Amino acid sequence: MAYDKFEILKSTAVPLPIENVDTDQIIPARFLKATERKGFGDNLFRDWRYNNDDSPKADFVLNDATYSGKILVGGKNFGSGSSREHAAWAVYDYGFRCVISSFFADIFKGNCLNIGVLPVQVSAGFADKIFAAIEADPKTEIEVNLPEQKVTIVATDESESFDINGYKKGNMLNGFDDIDYLQNMKEEIKAFAENSPL
Amino acid sequence: MSKTLFDKVWDSHVVRSVEDGPDVLLIDRHMVHEVTSPVAFLGIKNRGIGVLYPNKTFATADHNTPTINQHLPVQDPLSANQLKALEQNAAEHGISHWGLGHEKNGIVHVVGPEYGITQPGATIVCGDSHTSTHGAFGAIAFGIGTSEVEMVLATQCIMQPKPKKMRINVKGDLNFGVTPKDVALYIISKLTTSGATGYFVEYAGEVFENMTMEGRMTVCNLSIEMGARGGMIAPDEKTFEYIKGREHTPKGAAWDKAMEYWKTLKTDPDATFDKELTFEASDIEPMITYGTNPGMGIGISKSIPNAKDVQGGETTYKKSLGYMNFNEGEDMIGKPIDFVFIGSCTNGRIEDFRAFASIIKGRKKADNVTAWLVPGSHKVEAAIKEEGILDIIHESGFELREPGCSACLAMNDDKVPAGKLAVSTSNRNFEGRQGPGSRTLLASPLMAAAAAVTGKVTDPRELMNK
Repeated sequence: MAYDKFEILKSTAVPLPIENVDTDQIIPARFLKATERKGFGDNLFRDWRYNNDDSPKADFVLNDATYSGKILVGGKNFGSGSSREHAAWAVYDYGFRCVISSFFADIFKGNCLNIGVLPVQVSAGFADKIFAAIEADPKTEIEVNLPEQKVTIVATDESESFDINGYKKGNMLNGFDDIDYLQNMKEEIKAFAENSPL
Repeated sequence: MSKTLFDKVWDSHVVRSVEDGPDVLLIDRHMVHEVTSPVAFLGIKNRGIGVLYPNKTFATADHNTPTINQHLPVQDPLSANQLKALEQNAAEHGISHWGLGHEKNGIVHVVGPEYGITQPGATIVCGDSHTSTHGAFGAIAFGIGTSEVEMVLATQCIMQPKPKKMRINVKGDLNFGVTPKDVALYIISKLTTSGATGYFVEYAGEVFENMTMEGRMTVCNLSIEMGARGGMIAPDEKTFEYIKGREHTPKGAAWDKAMEYWKTLKTDPDATFDKELTFEASDIEPMITYGTNPGMGIGISKSIPNAKDVQGGETTYKKSLGYMNFNEGEDMIGKPIDFVFIGSCTNGRIEDFRAFASIIKGRKKADNVTAWLVPGSHKVEAAIKEEGILDIIHESGFELREPGCSACLAMNDDKVPAGKLAVSTSNRNFEGRQGPGSRTLLASPLMAAAAAVTGKVTDPRELMNK
């Protein structure tokens, strides 16, 4: 599914300094019953965000008007557990275009890249600096520069570079996905598959 | 050049290596279920393309199905709609579909091996992280997202960077009462839930060599819980014996030819891994988890660790214990429990029900316990009946439900109520995993059975005959 191109994102950020945030928290299984990709943002972090009677939990960061923005900053090992792409959809649908963490679970990271959410892995030290900057000033801006592969805390001009392979970077910059690429090599795939033993 | 088992299978499936990018990997077997596939089918429809190789994709309904009254219409309209979508999508594209009520229906990772879809040397994917289960046969098997499901439908390929390689050796013989589930929970407790992220694991050593195929499936199934994309075990005589004669495995001359290839599927003696870990079987005792991720596990005789002794942040650790309503230093033994769940792609096979029956036989279900016994497939259900296990189940005051994922992820009505404590043979103890507010202790079928008859966390060895 096509998504908006990603180049430079300058935004305030929402902090979630909890480790091992699993995809069951990002979107619980009971909200996976749709047959279309619609409305998942409403249930992002459902059980941390709402009480059983659907009233908002005041102490959860998404319910705190102090924090907003297109960048979510999570603790270490963000997105572990289930492969449900619905977790990445929920993050995107809510309005985030970038997740920053000191460590990502593998499948979640891949899912994000496939749908146009940029996962930015920074050092634990830099993640702490971002959390501290947001705590000091919730309106502080973070700049994520994909062409230069650099993330900057705007107020202090502290920055760190991040990794992304050239192929995925090209996709994000242009709003392409893997199927666009694979469709163009279908004959090569068929020839290969026909010589495959299974 | 010397290669690992993983290298051999991966490298032989690379259609193209993209410069400064991933490999284009050919997929031999694709399993789909009702929850993670509808948006993928919608995607190819919107692009105006079809399924390239419909005979390489297999559909079964499992995640969102009821485990009682499967012969009646599904009550939840959203679930019914998802099941209908799978049926229609499969029919439209000529994909085999084992829907609710079909004799071959069951959990995707249980039925794949049962019908010989799972084979050594294959690349197998499914929109489910526990696809790693199939690695027990020497296949490269891993979970994918829905965008990748769409890729496989459209092109039979996905694009993945080749993971790093890790070998985990467990040497020696297992202690009395220690099962494959305990081995896996022990390894995860040592590595944490992110210790193998970025790696593909090969399990090696006497413990895995001596394990049954079903035991190997349990171990490989849980690879994702330490962050690994997947885990695999070199195929051997046990593997070949298990798959021989199953519906989708090669027959006659094709079998002989396949065997020639399959016998080469082992790590060369001088091949190297990016990381290698070795554990001693004698250090492992029956395991149970106490927290909100599968890495938070301890031997049953141990007490809950103090925050200062665990890896990771203290805040996260205390939040986790707070959710569980447990305290540092407490024993697990003796904690009263409310629910027991036997089932899932981790422990929903016939050997798991045999283990469960071995403990409950001659005993009664504890009054304070609600138990859900859910076979992984109709084939497992049939074996439970044939072997007389159903009689033991009934005599002890339990009931058997119909196959499906059930309370493992609680998408259907099998939800543990808020605050209640469940001993489960499934794979995840995340907050709310088994229902909003539910609390889960992961354990083996033996441990779950001991809890089911005593009503509290109990060392299963006390109920076993040596």
